[in-house]
Amino acid sequence: MTSHELRADGLALGYDGRRVVENLDAVIPDGRVTVIVGPNACGKSTLLRSFARLLRPDAGVVTLDGTDVHRYPSKQLATVLGLLPQQPIAPDGITVADLVGRGRFPRQGLFRQWTAEDSEAVAEALRSTDTVDLSDRRIDELSGGQRQRVWIAMALAQQTDILLLDEPTTFLDVTHQIEVLDLLHELNRERGTTVVMVLHDLNLAARYADHLVVMSAGKIVAEGRPADVISIDTVGAAFGLEAVIIDDPISHSPMVVPMGRFHHGL
Amino acid sequence: MTVQQRYRPSVDDLARVAVARRAGRIRSLVIAAVLIVVLAALAVVALILGDRVVAPGDVLSTLFGGGSGGDRFVILGLRVPRLLLGLMVGAAFGLAGAVFQSLLGNPLASPDIIGISQGASAAAVGAILLAGWSGLAVSFAAFGGAVLVAGLITVLAARHGVAGSRFVLIGIALAFLAQAAINFMLTRSDVRDAQSALVWLVGSLGTVTSEELTSTAVGLVVLVLALALVSPRLRMLQLGDEAATGLGVRVTPARLVITLIAVGLAAVATAAAGPVVFVAFVSAPIARRLLGGTGPALVVSALVGALVVTGSDLIAQHAVSGLQVPVGIVTGIVSAPVLLVLLARSNRSRGTA
Repeated sequence: MTSHELRADGLALGYDGRRVVENLDAVIPDGRVTVIVGPNACGKSTLLRSFARLLRPDAGVVTLDGTDVHRYPSKQLATVLGLLPQQPIAPDGITVADLVGRGRFPRQGLFRQWTAEDSEAVAEALRSTDTVDLSDRRIDELSGGQRQRVWIAMALAQQTDILLLDEPTTFLDVTHQIEVLDLLHELNRERGTTVVMVLHDLNLAARYADHLVVMSAGKIVAEGRPADVISIDTVGAAFGLEAVIIDDPISHSPMVVPMGRFHHGL
Repeated sequence: MTVQQRYRPSVDDLARVAVARRAGRIRSLVIAAVLIVVLAALAVVALILGDRVVAPGDVLSTLFGGGSGGDRFVILGLRVPRLLLGLMVGAAFGLAGAVFQSLLGNPLASPDIIGISQGASAAAVGAILLAGWSGLAVSFAAFGGAVLVAGLITVLAARHGVAGSRFVLIGIALAFLAQAAINFMLTRSDVRDAQSALVWLVGSLGTVTSEELTSTAVGLVVLVLALALVSPRLRMLQLGDEAATGLGVRVTPARLVITLIAVGLAAVATAAAGPVVFVAFVSAPIARRLLGGTGPALVVSALVGALVVTGSDLIAQHAVSGLQVPVGIVTGIVSAPVLLVLLARSNRSRGTA
């Protein structure tokens, strides 16, 4: 695993002239799990999309190892930086093996077609995501959790040092959410893959993140170790939510217990 | 990199993956082989049948340089060019449809639905009726018309991203516009001129010249080679623009180049034979059904397209004795039911999605 520096400097992002993120600096810690959280429309997915070069900044720059990601040769970048978008499209009738095999595209060229190394990478990705037994199945026959594991397998087959995921647990029930997050954790711990993801669930974010980035209204309001970042003040400032912070009895990460109009513990 | 033992794929894993990957490939090879055999059989029939029926043995000896003068004229001068044109036009339409449908992720996105063919037709009819052009010049006009419509759709659809359904709806609107232009020109023109424009409009293989045959062949070869180069990118784009970007495809230029190639294919075919309706539309869905549906199915779509045009032309020439109809009429009749079935199916799958 080579070390890399993925960072944003003076970043301004928006859609059709509407600013979502303004003057943002961020450095993604190498070899760690970074989770970006924040309320709806705070710009967290937008930020991730800019890291994945899906969005061209209005100002500022995202660099990988000192090179603007938009100037990096696209295929070469795809051997370092992998992406699982929020809603990828599975073509009708595509099989698991075919889909995961497409993760090898960045490694293939005009004269370098499918090799034993590619087969190895695909089998390894399927093995890691526990989907070998599904390899000849069609994607549309799979459950939501299986499907998400297969998409992650495609990203794994790409064998990148950095993996960006936009809400990889959306639409999954809680069992499958844990399953997917465990897989990413394992990937990080055992291979040193740098994982950057956007999550909705604060408590899962606090549990799985080494580095937590809290965004609100297009700015980073706090970042660091979850234990240092999650506080009554941060949660109040970022989410406008009154909450109590307790110790997660399982992972001993901070756990946010929200209050509401009817439940405030008084 | 330290990889734990349980990540390392076993020999058994590798075998499973290899089998799963090979299954699709073997199936497409078998289907392609079957289609080629059927095409070859149709080709032989096409060379035998006609006002002057030539025995199979004589067909063969004529093809290899022998044969009587009469046979040589009928086979080499009339039937072989017509057959070749049918094969090329069918393959080009089949490919164009397959590429558009994969690129836009929409079964309705075929050049004869989204106005590309209509644009070519309007330009060709204009060239025949207003400028008095004929032959290759008409083909060039048709090509220009197709490119113009494709450009217009791209510009109009691009404002909000090249979303498939938007592209298709704008194309359908432009198709009506082009059709209105065609009708206007036809009603304003002399009956005899209108007649020759109409024959072109219906789509016909009967009037091929050797220059047209050559220019079609050259265009087709260039476009097919270009398509072969970009087809891996087309496969990635099927996963959505974002996933394709993540895999290292530069989406905007890739889409542009692939669209241009598909427009070129539709334009070359339309220029040579007129808008032979529905071939582009039905070839890829049939191919995908045969394959069990993965990938853009380019090769099989091309073969299906060639089969549809060649088969339809055989029917057009020989189904009713003494009455030869343009091939476009037969493809329309054959394909309309296929359209209905596909529409019913796509509605159903959308309902459950």
